Amino acid sequence: MIDKKIVEYVANLARIELKEKEADVLSTQLGDILGFIDKLKEVNVDKVSPTSHAISLSNVLREDSPKESLPVNSVLSNAPLKRGNFFLVPKVIE
Amino acid sequence: MNKKLYSLSAHELDESLKNNAIKSEDICSALESRIKELDPKVNAYLKRPKEPLSGDAFVSTGIPVAIKDNICTKGFYTQCCSRILEGFIPPYDATVIKKIKESGHSCLKFKTNMDEFAFGSSTENSFSGPTRNPWNLSCVPGGSSGGSAAAVASDEAIWALGSDTGGSIRQPASFCGVVGLKPTYGRVSRFGLIAFASSLDQIGPITKDIYDSALLMNIISGYDPNDSTSINLPVPNYTKALGKDVKGFKVGIPKEYFVEGLDPEVKASVEEAINSLRKLGVDFKEVSLRHTEYAVPVYYIIATAEASSNLARFDGVQYGFRSKDVNLIDMYKKTRGEGFGEEAKRRIILGTFALSHGYYDAYYLRALKVRTLIKEDFDSLFKEFDCILTPTAPTAAFKVGEKVNDPLKMYLSDIYTISANLAGIPGISLPCGLTKHGMPIGLQILARHFEEEKIFSLAYAFEQNTEWHKLKPKLT
Repeated sequence: MIDKKIVEYVANLARIELKEKEADVLSTQLGDILGFIDKLKEVNVDKVSPTSHAISLSNVLREDSPKESLPVNSVLSNAPLKRGNFFLVPKVIE
Repeated sequence: MNKKLYSLSAHELDESLKNNAIKSEDICSALESRIKELDPKVNAYLKRPKEPLSGDAFVSTGIPVAIKDNICTKGFYTQCCSRILEGFIPPYDATVIKKIKESGHSCLKFKTNMDEFAFGSSTENSFSGPTRNPWNLSCVPGGSSGGSAAAVASDEAIWALGSDTGGSIRQPASFCGVVGLKPTYGRVSRFGLIAFASSLDQIGPITKDIYDSALLMNIISGYDPNDSTSINLPVPNYTKALGKDVKGFKVGIPKEYFVEGLDPEVKASVEEAINSLRKLGVDFKEVSLRHTEYAVPVYYIIATAEASSNLARFDGVQYGFRSKDVNLIDMYKKTRGEGFGEEAKRRIILGTFALSHGYYDAYYLRALKVRTLIKEDFDSLFKEFDCILTPTAPTAAFKVGEKVNDPLKMYLSDIYTISANLAGIPGISLPCGLTKHGMPIGLQILARHFEEEKIFSLAYAFEQNTEWHKLKPKLT
């Protein structure tokens, strides 16, 4: 159902690097958890619609009017690396 | 007199403040010496940074509130007890913090310990080490708001804020013998609460008694244009619900909550609570919440799916910890691999799996449909009943380390609290007894959406007719 290969595949989707041992432990633990979750297969949900929010709201709209934003320096103050008014990341193009 | 200010409730202190008998600074210094004395044992708070920070976070007015580490406080560290957010200082206040300041109160200069990103039921998954239960230091305080609950229980805080996604306010309140309320979804703004599962998260008060819970709800409730899921309904004065006659209240006792797995001592305490309320004229009837057994599996799909999406923002670019690599994707992966703790990685991977191609329908969509059935169970009961009464947790506090290697066992400690988050309804935990080992037992009261007042009326009636809320742990 869930083996080490799937765990490694999903970890890559989630952009998380796992150590060899972590992937082993996780495949056992997630196997147990998913085994428990399989209980949901007993329930007949044929004519049931999904609930994504307990209190249903739709189309919450507001005026598209400009408001003051946070000062750039206060937002950038938490950046691990920055230059000028920008966040700095490793080069993405050659 | 000053020495014992920390042991008072907020409404008692409020009176002394209004009479000018004490000053806000007196409360702060009483709390500070209490924290200095006890926190090396309890570890309810995160260590203070060596250098004081600038900003208005230090102004003390009114009665300071202890704030969980996942609620943004401008100019003061907010790190979700995670390495990946290490050093993060929010440039803005969460709406609840703004409201606390506007009400004339302030925030304590310490943040409370929690499970990393609120992932946990024991406050053992923190970068700052586990919080201990003030009633027995070898036990957990519950979680994830274990720091807030332990601080209030040990008189290291007068009152506190926590957040509750699957029981993270109510279960620690139960384990620590204090009052914890999860408001209706949408009653309190989530703006500035670092998101775990956006369709389930709510901020709420953890207090010494019901009166303080109502007071703090008066302050933090209300619509917020910055949170599009907050609901624009008038906020009642919750203290007016206190002292209301509960004679004729109709209360349901769901039989699914009294099955195997419920500790006999917890069961006996809850039954005793039912008897004392019956004497006040409350009508009880056994009811059924048919889909109760599916709440935990539904929750661990929905909550982890939402978490995997919410936590995608922690990538080492905008804030917190960044690992080194020359390649962008590898930098993301190393940052997240090294920055997230074990439980966070477990949940992100489970959630990503449930949302991934080929598994979405079988897991995520199915969970959303079963969520509908759980919600409908409550909807139909509330047509007839004012409240539902249950134990808050199947057991009293367990030992530190007892469940840490068995995530599934840990997840099951939230079995009685999770449904309220799935249905979006309000729920409170209040103390209703002690085990023979002297550990607190919690009683949970649930009500229909936006009917916190009924919860307060019933809880207050129980509290005023019992002595449980007056008990304090013997820490010194």
